[in-house]
Amino acid sequence: MTDGSARPETWLLPARWVEALGRVTLYLVESLGRFGRFLGEAAALVFIPPLKLSRLTGRVYFIGFKSLTIVILTGAFTGMALGLQVFLTLQRVGSEAFVGPAVGIALVRELGPVLTAVFVTGLAGSALTAELGIMRITEQIDAYMVMALNPTRYLVVPAILAGIITFPMLTAIFDVTGIYGGYLVAVILLGLSPGTYFGQMHAFADMTDVMVGFWKSLCFGALVPWVCTYKGFHCGHGAEGVSRATTEAVVLSCVLILVFNYFLGSVLP
Amino acid sequence: MIRIRDLRKSFGRQPVLRGVDLDVATGEVMIIIGRSGGGKSVLLKHLLGLLRPDAGAVLVDGTDITKVRGAALEAVRRRYGVVFQGGALFDSMSVFDNVAFPLREKTNLGAGDIAQRVEEKLGRVGLVDMGHKNPAEISGGMRKRVAIARALVTEPEIVFFDEPTTGLDPILVNTIHHLIQDLHRKFRFTAVMVSHEIPEIFEIADRVAMLHEGVIIETGDARSIQNSTNPIVQQFIHGAVEGANHAA
Repeated sequence: MTDGSARPETWLLPARWVEALGRVTLYLVESLGRFGRFLGEAAALVFIPPLKLSRLTGRVYFIGFKSLTIVILTGAFTGMALGLQVFLTLQRVGSEAFVGPAVGIALVRELGPVLTAVFVTGLAGSALTAELGIMRITEQIDAYMVMALNPTRYLVVPAILAGIITFPMLTAIFDVTGIYGGYLVAVILLGLSPGTYFGQMHAFADMTDVMVGFWKSLCFGALVPWVCTYKGFHCGHGAEGVSRATTEAVVLSCVLILVFNYFLGSVLP
Repeated sequence: MIRIRDLRKSFGRQPVLRGVDLDVATGEVMIIIGRSGGGKSVLLKHLLGLLRPDAGAVLVDGTDITKVRGAALEAVRRRYGVVFQGGALFDSMSVFDNVAFPLREKTNLGAGDIAQRVEEKLGRVGLVDMGHKNPAEISGGMRKRVAIARALVTEPEIVFFDEPTTGLDPILVNTIHHLIQDLHRKFRFTAVMVSHEIPEIFEIADRVAMLHEGVIIETGDARSIQNSTNPIVQQFIHGAVEGANHAA
């Protein structure tokens, strides 16, 4: 059934699509601008004293020390799984000697920085977003502002600096435990000689590989706290808002980790 | 002196403030009343510089805080103390650290002087020896009193109270009101309070303003508000279900 108003609405449909597209585009551009400005303000405050050192040490403990167990555990099992699969694959072509360099390079260049960043996002990043989200909805962030104090200096800058300090360290721990996990499987369980495992690794992996992993972890160390604090700072209302912000922070962080990992892997030697 | 001039704010297509005009004289206790969802908290957030209006001005001793940012806005906020509706205490800090926080961050006082001032303020709100507790370990009434102590510890010139007695029993409501009255007599700050507590607020208010549908419809001292001929004011202060103002 049609009435008099159906005709003009049909005519207006393409215009409404354009309007909706424009609205979405404006929203995206505005969000990206806010996102960039948030990081810019935090970066500027790193160089404008005072730096809140007690808050920084607290965040280093929160992000770094509290993530140690999970990083060691996942690092060991990642290395063990990698050692097993690489050994079984290379055994088919009689090249088991290259298990060491394959495990080492894969861990140091790719898996170490990426998996460490993903696990720390799940553990510390989500907690960071939830904490700031609750501070937002209970007006604690407003309380900083009306005390003439900049909440970014107290809540965001320490988190980003702590990420930059702890991510490379956690990645190094992940790499080392992963390499020894691979050693456990390839050498102790499957009978490869220890000299071959480490000797070939030494011959094929060099400082360039280590530096690729280091730069990646440094980048993720800034990226994860940036995304997680931003989402906490701009969360919606009530428990649902905090819950949504936490989910978005984890998902966006993980996606950006993988995207940046690819581009950094392409750019770095 | 605070002057609010033709303040307008909409969220999306929903107008909340439709042209608020209000003056708050230095040293007076101004209480803003009005129905829930009527824009009182939005108005307060404009006075604190937490929201930017679509139009209008908020002049604090001549400085339009809707136009300034950064250091200029912080200079105005340094004169403020704020008691938020839920207290907004930092839950990672003890009661003592919450009250000491503004002094540690905004003044050059030594640890001894800070401790003395914090204990003095906690004593004034009846919370001696409670400094070591966490906000989660104390009752709602105590949290409100800690929030009042924190707001007053820097001895601000202007104190804002956002529904400081919401959710408290009648005895605590009166206790908090008397506390605010006593503190006002001692420190002579300008107070702007948003409240629903009728008739208790008439005892402490120098003037009362009624905000209705985004505009101030009546301003006056307690007696003139109670004797107002405006049917909306009368319905509100008597809590009548039927009247000029439809129940939501």
